Amino acid sequence: MEGIGILNTAGTGALARERADEETQTVTRTASDENLKYKIRDLNLYYDTTQALKAINMDIKPHEVTAMIGPSGCGKSTLLRTLNRMNDLVDGCRVEGKVILDGTDIYGNIDVNELRRNVGMVFQQPNPFPMSIYDNIAYGPRIHGERNKARLDQIVEESLKKAAIWDELKDRLKKSALGLSGGQQQRLCIARALAVDPDVLLMDEPTSALDPISTTMIEDLIQEMKDNYTIVIVTHNMQQAARISDKTAFFLLGEMVEMDSTDVIFGQPRDKRTEDYITGRFG
Amino acid sequence: MFKKEYLGRGIVTVCGIFIIALTLAISVFLLVKGTGVFTQFHHSVAEFLFSDNWAPKDVPGEGGGHIGASIYIMGSLMTCGLALLIAVPFSLAGAIFIAEISPRLGSRILQPAIEIFVGIPSVVYGWVGLTILVPFIRDKLHAPMGGYSVLAAGIVLAIMIFPTIATVAADALRAVPDSYRQAAYGLGSTRWQLIYKVSVPAAKSGIFTGIILGLSRAFGETLAVAMVIGKTRVFPKGILYPTNNLTAAIAADMGNTANGGEYNMALWAMALLLLIISLACIVVIHLLARSGEKDK
Repeated sequence: MEGIGILNTAGTGALARERADEETQTVTRTASDENLKYKIRDLNLYYDTTQALKAINMDIKPHEVTAMIGPSGCGKSTLLRTLNRMNDLVDGCRVEGKVILDGTDIYGNIDVNELRRNVGMVFQQPNPFPMSIYDNIAYGPRIHGERNKARLDQIVEESLKKAAIWDELKDRLKKSALGLSGGQQQRLCIARALAVDPDVLLMDEPTSALDPISTTMIEDLIQEMKDNYTIVIVTHNMQQAARISDKTAFFLLGEMVEMDSTDVIFGQPRDKRTEDYITGRFG
Repeated sequence: MFKKEYLGRGIVTVCGIFIIALTLAISVFLLVKGTGVFTQFHHSVAEFLFSDNWAPKDVPGEGGGHIGASIYIMGSLMTCGLALLIAVPFSLAGAIFIAEISPRLGSRILQPAIEIFVGIPSVVYGWVGLTILVPFIRDKLHAPMGGYSVLAAGIVLAIMIFPTIATVAADALRAVPDSYRQAAYGLGSTRWQLIYKVSVPAAKSGIFTGIILGLSRAFGETLAVAMVIGKTRVFPKGILYPTNNLTAAIAADMGNTANGGEYNMALWAMALLLLIISLACIVVIHLLARSGEKDK
């Protein structure tokens, strides 16, 4: 946060200083809630009798990249999946507390399918459908009622451009998506998620199955996309979190140990456990 | 140790070779017997397939009759086609229920129930059809020839092939990777959208395999069909009319014809035709499996 504040101040003076103040206030939770995309309050999650998430309180700001880190089984993926209610699909999963998106509790009486349209998801393993590249991208708009061919063509092109893969794929839109490389498939999946015009993009270890070059491409893409989307990413790769995120949250055994600007978490974490983890003493 | 190794391998190899040899022997035997009517009695294949003039001579070594089997062929095609038309929607619905809608209820109740269907002997199906279906069609649908009909045969066949298609299709749907489901739900699909836009298309080669397996079973089924089809050698005017089919005709006449006679040979030609149909089905299944692998 400090880092960004300094940059801004150096850039445009008073206005930027104001904005920096605002951001500082949000971190201390005194600022108005309109600045927040997600407000998570006292969230407990159980798989049958096992508690997977314990009293999570967390704020996610729009147009930021929020990284969730922590050792395997710490609950970070589970938390990610509460943000678009993908946990509803797991038998025996029970959620307590509030997850407020744009002022609405998504565990209240809402349209889950509309929620998932608004909150896109990219998975660990690239998972294109076994259909053509075009049909993969057009799938989302079609299920949400878009039938106009010209409009679909336009959405497909725009989405692939946003995912920086249009030039590679524009001549083979009718070919099967399963013939693409892993990295291309993952960017296709990002384009597919963008095609339904979401506000938020959830990414569950999106590069862990990819080679270094594809990983760099996806990371660059995340940086470009944050102007238009709020991005929450779960990652096992701490360098990745440090490279691409604005905020980082550290999880351990179902609890959120600490959340702060990425510079602070990787520079001077307040909690000893965070420091131990990022310096590689366990995990 | 080594002895056991070789002994086991030896037994398995011998059994394997025996099975292959037996299959080949039956095919060759059928080929020789089934082509006799064309080579020995100089009938044309076109006559056999397309003529409805069926009057083979039943004296050993004597030809000169007529062997048009088109009524039987037509009977088989119509009953099997009708059976598919009836069975496929129900089978697909059952498979979708088992694999997507309620896997727990499906695998605990519906799947075992369907598997019981497979084990019921065909004479039972035929008898139930004879007792319930035939009078029903006669009385309620006012079938002109006493209820024995293509419709009755089609329904009985549909019930018999339903479990085959449903089981294979359910397996195919269950094999659809969960990641497709995640992706579809993640984009805001409803469950029904997931099923008809993702799961069923992804499982289509497996579903077609089930349909072809059902079809080949329907073509080969004899007893149950013979009991309700009416065994009348005439083209049916509609599905409420009786006719006859390949299997029922063979079963009815095979014991009454003189070995080596034209009649006997013509029946063998019909048996050969059945073998060719089932071989064609198997080839189609393999092609489907290969195209299914290419998709993955």
